[in-house]
Amino acid sequence: MTSYIIRRFLQGIPLLLIISIILFALMMSTGDPVATMGGRRVTRASDYERLKRQLGLDKPIYTQYFYWLVGNTWTKVDLDGDGIAETPGTRLGILRGDFGNSLVNRKPVMQVIGERIPNTLILMLSGELIVIIGALVVGVYSALRQYSLLDHAVTTLSFIGYSMPIFFIALLLMFIFAVLFKRWGLPYLPTVGMFDPQVGKSIGQVLYHMVLPVISMSVVSLASYSRYIRSTMLDVLNQDYIRTARSKGLSNRTVIFVHALKNASLPIATIVGLDLPFLLGGAVVTERIFAWPGMGRLFLDHVSRADTPVVMGILMLVAVAVVVFQIITDVIYAWLDPRIRYD
Amino acid sequence: METASMEYLLEVKNLRTLFHTPEGTVFAVNGISFHVDEGETLAIVGESGCGKSVSMLSILQLIPVPPGEIAGGSALYRGRDLLKNSEREMEEIRGQEIAMIFQDPMTSLNPVLTIGRQITETLLTHKKMDQRAAQKRAVELLDMVGISDPAQRLSDYPHQFSGGMRQRVMIAMALACGPSLLIADEPTTALDVTIQAQIVELVTRIRNQVHMAVIWITHDLGVVAGIADRVLVMYAGYIVETAKVTDLYENPCHPYTIALLQALPRVDRRRDRRLKSIPGAPPSLLMEPLGCPFANRCEHVIEHCRESNPPLLPVDKKNHSIACWVNVRTGKPR
Amino acid sequence: MIDEQKSKPEKSRIAILTPDDLETPPLSLTQLAWRRFQRHKPAMIGLVVLALLVMYALGGSIFYSEKFANFNDTSRRLLAPTSEHPFGTDSIGRDVLARTIYGGQISLLIGLTAVIVETVLGILVGALAGYYGGFVDSILMRITEAMLNIPEIFLLIVMAKYFGGKIPELDIFGRTFSGSVVVIVLIIGLTSWMYLARIVRAQFLSLKENEFVLAARATGTPNIEIIFRHILPNSVAPIVVSATLGVANAILSEAYISFLGLGVQPPTATWGNMLDGANNYLESAPWLWFFPGLLILLTVLSINFLGDGLRDALDPRSRTV
Repeated sequence: MTSYIIRRFLQGIPLLLIISIILFALMMSTGDPVATMGGRRVTRASDYERLKRQLGLDKPIYTQYFYWLVGNTWTKVDLDGDGIAETPGTRLGILRGDFGNSLVNRKPVMQVIGERIPNTLILMLSGELIVIIGALVVGVYSALRQYSLLDHAVTTLSFIGYSMPIFFIALLLMFIFAVLFKRWGLPYLPTVGMFDPQVGKSIGQVLYHMVLPVISMSVVSLASYSRYIRSTMLDVLNQDYIRTARSKGLSNRTVIFVHALKNASLPIATIVGLDLPFLLGGAVVTERIFAWPGMGRLFLDHVSRADTPVVMGILMLVAVAVVVFQIITDVIYAWLDPRIRYD
Repeated sequence: METASMEYLLEVKNLRTLFHTPEGTVFAVNGISFHVDEGETLAIVGESGCGKSVSMLSILQLIPVPPGEIAGGSALYRGRDLLKNSEREMEEIRGQEIAMIFQDPMTSLNPVLTIGRQITETLLTHKKMDQRAAQKRAVELLDMVGISDPAQRLSDYPHQFSGGMRQRVMIAMALACGPSLLIADEPTTALDVTIQAQIVELVTRIRNQVHMAVIWITHDLGVVAGIADRVLVMYAGYIVETAKVTDLYENPCHPYTIALLQALPRVDRRRDRRLKSIPGAPPSLLMEPLGCPFANRCEHVIEHCRESNPPLLPVDKKNHSIACWVNVRTGKPR
Repeated sequence: MIDEQKSKPEKSRIAILTPDDLETPPLSLTQLAWRRFQRHKPAMIGLVVLALLVMYALGGSIFYSEKFANFNDTSRRLLAPTSEHPFGTDSIGRDVLARTIYGGQISLLIGLTAVIVETVLGILVGALAGYYGGFVDSILMRITEAMLNIPEIFLLIVMAKYFGGKIPELDIFGRTFSGSVVVIVLIIGLTSWMYLARIVRAQFLSLKENEFVLAARATGTPNIEIIFRHILPNSVAPIVVSATLGVANAILSEAYISFLGLGVQPPTATWGNMLDGANNYLESAPWLWFFPGLLILLTVLSINFLGDGLRDALDPRSRTV
């Protein structure tokens, strides 16, 4: 088991390297390299050349990648163009957390992102919780009531659920719960931001503002994973060992919740790992609609302003999160399944 | 409730089971009647699809009921009709009075629960023991079925056992609460021949020790000879012959049984003769056959066979019955 | 030994049906698949609805010209649905119904062409990786995995922003398309091929062990031919299913990216970009977002039903949901 964990982690490293290469290539192909690397706008040609040398843009592409990765503090840069490198480099490289400075507000990228991450995490963690619990309940229940009217209704609703674009769900929810409810004099839900500026940032406010965004984000995943759980559960219920359990005179409840569910929960553990990329993408759209000050909205804002360092920082962060999460999920799966754990 | 003069442990009367499928209704069990005495071992023999497993599962109400349906008959266990029991009542019977072991030990054990857990849960459910007592009893059971190092093995998972060992665990699980009747559904079919012999020997030994009745389902006539007191031969959902085991081998009367016995390769047969197989195939269960289900493949068929399904009637006074219109020795109708 | 006295096998006057009699003449694979498909009610419904939607998008242009769809008159902006404008008008006075017709054409077109791109890429990568194995397989699969680990939307946004303006307007069949359409098609294709590549690779890994491959090699057939003429036709089923579901995904991706304002640029309409900025008019003009959104939903839903039915019909063993 421990060797499995170590192996999985080791496998993640070349993967992350390849991802960084792909992103670097993407970054380099998007236009003005000076701007990309976080340079200021300069008008004088000599300043421009100096900037190029400072950013290492006169070096071959693989060296550029290398410096981007690990920085250049241990080497010298030739700033005045005389062919002699004399100034020590100042970049730390992304492995040490240095993604450069934002072109928009000159602050270090990591700091800019770091301010927004917690807000997105709030949405994503709540969303994930709703998805897991909801999908389990709906999936197991409709598996137990296969072919019933409820099952057919749930299946149809699930199909509709994951065929809708998130923004349409959000708009519909907003229309019903914010606009119509307000018209009808019912208590209505807010649709903008994380808290009401007049009331201040309190837990109640945040929770109140969280409702619509979290639901919008969760519907699609909930729909598709409840089907997945349903089919896993049905598979398990058809297995021989369930028949054995029944033949021992165990109560229906024991058979389903101990024998069946324990087996069905194995594939279910992989849901969180599978769902993360989708949830992150959903956060981008949701934060835009609800003006939620999270990482997704940061991404959109800074993409539209061509702030490449921040954009790259977010992309790399997202990719790392996905890879790490998948490793964690695989490890959890291996731990839960005795056939893998004890071998 | 009628009081029979001699109450059998299990008496099945006219059991019929159907399955409703998109292709039509499958007539899996077509009115079978038999009985088992305390301490007796009954073997049920027949080819795949003849209804032997389905009839046993029907008795325990383990058939999935939307596609399946128990269409008629009764299964009296100590005088009480199991088919009329509620699910709760059946839960009392299963595991405690009647236990069942299945064919494939690889898939019949839950892979994510320890075998200790799978054995003790019956004890906890039925005998209301506490954990300690249940674990102790589980160790005894594992020892009884021949698992070495039983206390250690309690916390192992099924995949850590070999096929034969898994079947032994299944047997231990089934015997945990001391049932009066053990139904064994082809427990050795999936195992090597040498392991087969061990399992048969194990069950025989235990049965003798605790005076337990056994219904042993198999398609292997060799196993039958080793373990059974009486034999039931089934074909296409009907019982075609029942007899004491020695009678069956010495004096088989139904053409199907005869054909089965003739199809067995024997050490002493002549080398230049071909193995005798039964021509044709079993009838499709999608419709109730008109007449005797074996008529198309029978060497002794007469016209009456195709018109009317023969009932199960005694051949002689030695508890030997067949469902056939023809006396195979004379070729004349019975 | 038992006497085997044979009785005369007399002819029966009553027919007994044997399994042979119950059999119908064998059906071809396609016929069998079609039979299975027909049993799947949601798939049949999906097929019908999809056909209706396609007719709406294509046939609608008989009733509304493209000029009309782009005709704006700010004095008639934000009108609620009336008989003259059944879906109302948008923020600069364009008829919403007409725009959904032409928008539908673009959205569907993007969906189809993006899938062509991703299918070609996916098959190439998957086939090469699965057939040659070894080092080629390792490299290709690492790249595939890397791409899979970056959420599609992020890549789409970045690529749309940076490559969006690069292609000029096109003139095909007398209709002007914004160059952004091509960009969108390419980037959706470039970010969605991985799923198909994995499926195709798995197919090739198992199929290449079959004897017909060995036979082809033994007769000196070149590898390219083995890949495309022998193995690939046998893996058509999962490719068709994946491509069908891929259209739904492409339509959704286009909707997302256009909604964010980075996709197809006005005046060319798509269902997605009609929703751009719609939350400003959430309360005042819900028809702006409701109708395009509903059309997206119906299209994607019917494709999903269709894909589900196809999967049951062609490839029943691959079900995971």
